[in-house]
Amino acid sequence: MNAFLRRFYFVLVGLFLSAPLIVVAGVSVNEKQTLAFPPQGFSLSWYADIFTDAGWRDALLASLVLAILSAALAVSIALPLAWFLWRRIAPWANIFQLLGIAPFTLPPVITALGLLTFWATTGFYGQPWTAVISHAIFFVTLPLVTLSLGFSAIDRSLVEAAATMGADDRTIFRTVVLPLITPYLVSGYAFAFVLSLNEYIVAYMTVGFTMETLPIKIFNALRYGYTPTMASVTVLFVMLAAVIYSLIARYGDLLKLLGANSEEKA
Amino acid sequence: MRREKPATLADYAPLAFPAIMLSVFFVIPFGTMIAVSFFQRQQGGFYTPAFVFDNYERFLSLFFAHVLGFSLMLAVMVAVCCVAIGVPFTYMLTRMSRRAQIAWMVALLSVLSLSEVIIGFAWSTLLSRTAGITNLLVAIGLMEKAVALSPGFPAVLTAMVYQALPYTILVLYPALVRLDPTLTEAARTLGASPLKAFFTVVLPALRTTILATLIMVFIFALGSYLLPQILGRPQHWTLSVLITDQAIYQSNMPFAAAMAVFLVLVTLGMVTLTLFAGRKREAAI
Repeated sequence: MNAFLRRFYFVLVGLFLSAPLIVVAGVSVNEKQTLAFPPQGFSLSWYADIFTDAGWRDALLASLVLAILSAALAVSIALPLAWFLWRRIAPWANIFQLLGIAPFTLPPVITALGLLTFWATTGFYGQPWTAVISHAIFFVTLPLVTLSLGFSAIDRSLVEAAATMGADDRTIFRTVVLPLITPYLVSGYAFAFVLSLNEYIVAYMTVGFTMETLPIKIFNALRYGYTPTMASVTVLFVMLAAVIYSLIARYGDLLKLLGANSEEKA
Repeated sequence: MRREKPATLADYAPLAFPAIMLSVFFVIPFGTMIAVSFFQRQQGGFYTPAFVFDNYERFLSLFFAHVLGFSLMLAVMVAVCCVAIGVPFTYMLTRMSRRAQIAWMVALLSVLSLSEVIIGFAWSTLLSRTAGITNLLVAIGLMEKAVALSPGFPAVLTAMVYQALPYTILVLYPALVRLDPTLTEAARTLGASPLKAFFTVVLPALRTTILATLIMVFIFALGSYLLPQILGRPQHWTLSVLITDQAIYQSNMPFAAAMAVFLVLVTLGMVTLTLFAGRKREAAI
């Protein structure tokens, strides 16, 4: 009875989480340009549309470039900071940890508005590269958190051994530290990448009038005319996110990243 | 390696890049925003440096009080719904096999990273007349004809719970996965049913966690800016929507900035409460 109740509850939550996506997936295979569900006819042309229609293809490219660059920049900010906090005793440096976590904790509209006023004041408003920096700052929290976790998991005696044998900081970092934190580095990058791909408001407020990322394009399509391409893009995004997170789970310890103790729990 | 105090200037070198980036592109923009909130608005979307409280004075209107009240009420409702659904779910999830946990976590993370635009679009489709669930009810004969369930307050609330639920579960997960399983075992040995053990042992042990989670989900829900716009009517707009609207469409940056500063203050107040709850928890152990 209890096992049944539990299963029922999980099915219910699962349905709630998947229902909108199922409908969207159904809409995406409509034959004609309509958002009907159940779909009328079957066609994958709306998926082809993402790559053949110039507007959607440009938006996809813009989003991908933005996500690749901003996640890289976010990691390059987070890595030296996390390393420094792990290697040195400097309590005041924790302020930068706090600054790294703040953008993501505050309501996003605040970071977005702050960056909008900043880029407008400095006269760079609308330049594509401002979006890269804006996203990097907004998502720096994710690699910072995963890397801090990774550093705290390093057994200091390993590093100590290397130091006793005469290795300097640079050698230790390359040969001992880096291999140990690579999984955390990769997952931090992946989190920032996926979220940047989906981010709307910061991109909209910084470069919304000069370029279109995919979320901006979907929002504009919502207001100025529905097409099933929106649905196919949504399905593509969900699958992309699922694949990336599955890869993290496959090659790293996802549950530990999310706060479980370690893998001894079977 | 032992942690050491930085001795020479060169020891500080790794800190330079992160410190510069965070100061220039977070601290200064934040400061700019606060400064703009005191600026004087000019006709035509411009503003000039000044030190006026006009933008803050506009808070004292009935309209603003209504929006603020609605935003807070909506965020509270989202937080309560999410925690009510999320606590039993996460508790049972932590008792499942590692494999099942990973599968659920991948699904939850995927939903969590969905753009608000996409969530809004998906729910507006699900609740629409042409493609919505009411068609399903018509098909099985429960309804006469399909109706549109959005825009409206239930649509906004449902979609926001959808958006915040994966976040709630991820916030609850670390605390619940570390919960001592012998606690419930003891209760079960003494004859309590699993349900009774959950309510009398697990829930009280998690009191402060639940409170902290409520506050975190509340802040998360306060930041939702698109769902009320896509799925609601203008009376369902929240503070976040209003800020975007003022900044982009009304070109009133000073007022938008003043509202944002106000939102920061509300959020900081909530974070302080969370930290306070956390400290109380540590003191209790």
